[in-house]
This record gives sequence, structure tokens and C-alpha cells, in this order.
Amino acid sequence: MFSVITIMIRRDILLAMRRPQDVMTSLFFFIIVVSLFPLGVSPEMEVLRGIAPGVIWVAALLATMLSLGSLFSADYQDGTLEQMILMPQSLALMVLSKVTAHWMLTGLPLVVLTPLLGLLLGLGGEEIKVLTLTILLGTPVLSLIGSIGAALTLGVRGGGVLLSLLILPLFVPILIFGTGAVSSMNAGTGTEAHFSLLGAFLVLSLLLTPWASAAALKISME
Amino acid sequence: MASKQSEKKSSSWLRFSSARNFYPLAGKMIPWFMGLAIILALVGLYMTFFVVPPDYQQGNSYRIMYIHVPAAWMSMLIYLLMAVYAALYFVLNVKLADMMAGALATSGAIFTFIALWTGALWGKPTWGTWWVWDARLTSELLLLFLYLGYISLRAAIDDPNRAAKASGLLALVGAVNVPIIYFSVTWWNTLHQGASITTSKTSMADVMFATLLIMVFAFWMYTIAVVLMRVRNDILDRERDAHWVVEEVGKEK
Repeated sequence: MFSVITIMIRRDILLAMRRPQDVMTSLFFFIIVVSLFPLGVSPEMEVLRGIAPGVIWVAALLATMLSLGSLFSADYQDGTLEQMILMPQSLALMVLSKVTAHWMLTGLPLVVLTPLLGLLLGLGGEEIKVLTLTILLGTPVLSLIGSIGAALTLGVRGGGVLLSLLILPLFVPILIFGTGAVSSMNAGTGTEAHFSLLGAFLVLSLLLTPWASAAALKISME
Repeated sequence: MASKQSEKKSSSWLRFSSARNFYPLAGKMIPWFMGLAIILALVGLYMTFFVVPPDYQQGNSYRIMYIHVPAAWMSMLIYLLMAVYAALYFVLNVKLADMMAGALATSGAIFTFIALWTGALWGKPTWGTWWVWDARLTSELLLLFLYLGYISLRAAIDDPNRAAKASGLLALVGAVNVPIIYFSVTWWNTLHQGASITTSKTSMADVMFATLLIMVFAFWMYTIAVVLMRVRNDILDRERDAHWVVEEVGKEK
């Protein structure tokens, strides 16, 4: 069972490494969206510091959104997905490994970049640490929930825009607790509750979303 | 021959889960529900404007509550009902359940919009602003987005079977998420706004409560009537090649 997971993850990462521009696009998108805010709102460090967690989180949501379109589409177009459905291993396991690879390619770089962008927006050391941890806990949930939307909109016209309409409202709890951790640390009320809830979302979505995505894939492949 | 026999045998209410039997039944039910809706709405609106006394704090502007509150209740209940029909569709594999879910979504989105709109109209004289990022307003807005996503997904998929399954799954995922979203927004609101505006829960006078109840029933009757109309149209559209549809439409002329 685990060999299937590792093979799938390795395959997806290898495929992505052969075409690195796809991964880079959503990363640069993340950086550009964040750097538009000083231009659009105000270059004052005090103002930026206040909005920084929200800006970085919203940019992370949008970057994940952008990359979700390619989660299943290449496999769908060349017929690999059909073979995966026919495989004796459970489809939910396939989905889980694909989502893991997707997160390692698009979510993990966001985590690495967050401290840098935090510095650009004038966050302090402790704030950057908390923010990076929330991104680390939150982005896998985004990939997991997003996989349901990506599976539902496979091969549907206007899929990309539709995907964001379906999935962004479901991202709201993650956004709230991700950004809330920083502001509650600044308010001195501690961050444990936020981290616990983000962790709970992660466990819950790890358990439930692969099944929902597998069902959605089967619906899309009929 | 075989179909006639099976039709006679299944005389239970499940008989009406087939589009062919449901279509005439719905046609007979619509005038009753619509009539009730109109009568109740007229009575409710009369009471709203002429019987119920003005509020001692808010004056007359609170009267919009008799539209706003039923619309808000309907918007939430309909989402739940939609998810129930989606689940029924998966369990019983009855197309009609999916048609009901689709028809309900339109009504739900309209009521959510009405609730937001009347809330804004009420907020201006009462709170002095059209919009606040209050927990209830924000979650109602997110509910509107969920409805719009559901409706767009249905509209984007041409094959009715795939549309039914995909949107049904989305409705179920949404139903699991609605409480999570609601509690997150509530928490977010208490964190950010401190003491937010709360409507003081004064006990409602009997006549006010009665008016509200009449309006709620009027909204329900209207919803049922309109949903049945939409389902009937949907049946005609999907089964337009069936023999019985041609006969049925011929009869109605």
C-alpha cells in the first residue's frame, strides 16, 4: 500500500520537475500578488504590518487555487486517470498521493517563501514564525479540499473560474484561523486554539476529502 | 403490458417518484399552494403594515423584519433540504430528487439575496450603515456564494446525469462545511469586533410573533409552489421526446 503512495508521489514530482515552469508560475504569482499590496494600499510599514498576515494568506489561497486546475487535468487528458480508476488499489489512496505530491510542489514552496514575504511586509520574528506555521498547517487542507473541486470540474467548460467559485467559500475557515493566529498572538491571548483548530481541520480533511474526491473523479469519468 | 402491471402494483406513494406520475400531481398541487401563499402573504402584509404596533426603539423601520426574517430562515432551511434531496438522489437513485434539489437551489439563492438586501435596508436607519461585517451577515453572504457555486456547477455540465451526481456531491460537501464555516465566522467576529452590535432580545409581542409566523408560512407555500413549477418544467425539458409528454402537453392545450 505504501509503495503505491511513494511511487505515485515520485512520479508526479518527476513529471513536475520535467516541466518546472508550471510550478514556478504559481510561486511567482504568490510573490507578485503580495508585492502589489504595498503599491496599492500604502508603503507605510505600520499599515503593511497590520495587513501582512491577511495579505499573505489570501495570496496563498489564490496561488493554491491557480495550481489546482492542473491537479488531475494532465492525467485526465492522456487517459492515465482512467487507468488509475481501474487499478486494484483504492482510488482514495491515489487521490491522497496525488494531493500530497501537489502540496509538496505548490504548498511547501509557499511555506518556504512566507518568512521572506513577511520580512518584506515588516513582520517581526515571532509573528513570522507563527504565520509560517499556520501556512504549513493550512496549505495541505487547501490542497485536500481543493481536490474535490478540481475533480468535480474536470473537463467542464469554464472549469478554472468555476473551481474558484466552488472552493473559495470552503476555504474561509482556514483563512480565518490562519490569520487569526498572528493577531491573537499580538493581542496576547495565545495561539494554541488556532493551531489546534488548524490541526483538527487537517486531520478531518485527511480522513474525509480523499473519499469525496475519489467519488467526484468517478462521476467525472463516467 | 408489463409497465401497466407494475404501475398497478406500486400503488404506494413511491409511485410519484417517477416523473410521469409526478407531473400531473404537481400540476394539481401548484394552484393550492400558490393560492395559500397569496392569501397568507396578503394577510401577513396587512398585519405588518396596519395591525402590528411600531417598535418602541426602531419605529416603523423594523417592519421589514417580516420579510427579512422569513427569507433568512428559508435561505438556511432550503440549503439543508437541498442536501437531503441530494442524499436521497444518491440513496434511491431517483431523478426527481435531483430535480427537486436543483429547483430548491434557485429559491434558496433568491431568499439569501432577499435576506441580505432587506438586512441592508434595515441596517441603514438602525445601525447607520448598509453593511457591517457581522457574523450573521458574513455567513449569509458565504451561503449565497455556496448557492451560486452549486447553481453554476449544474449549469456548466451538459449531461444531466453527471450534473446531478456532481452537484449532489457538492451539496453534501457544502452541508458538511456549512456548520464549520458558520462557527468559524462567529469566532472570527468575536475576535475582531469586540462588542459588536447585538439586537437586544426583547420578548416579542404575541401579535408580532403571529404576523411573523403567517409570513413564514406564506414563504413556505410560495417556495413549494415555485419549486413544483420548476420541477415540472424540468421534467418536460428532460423527457421532451417521451410519448406521454406529447400527450400531456396536447391535453393542456
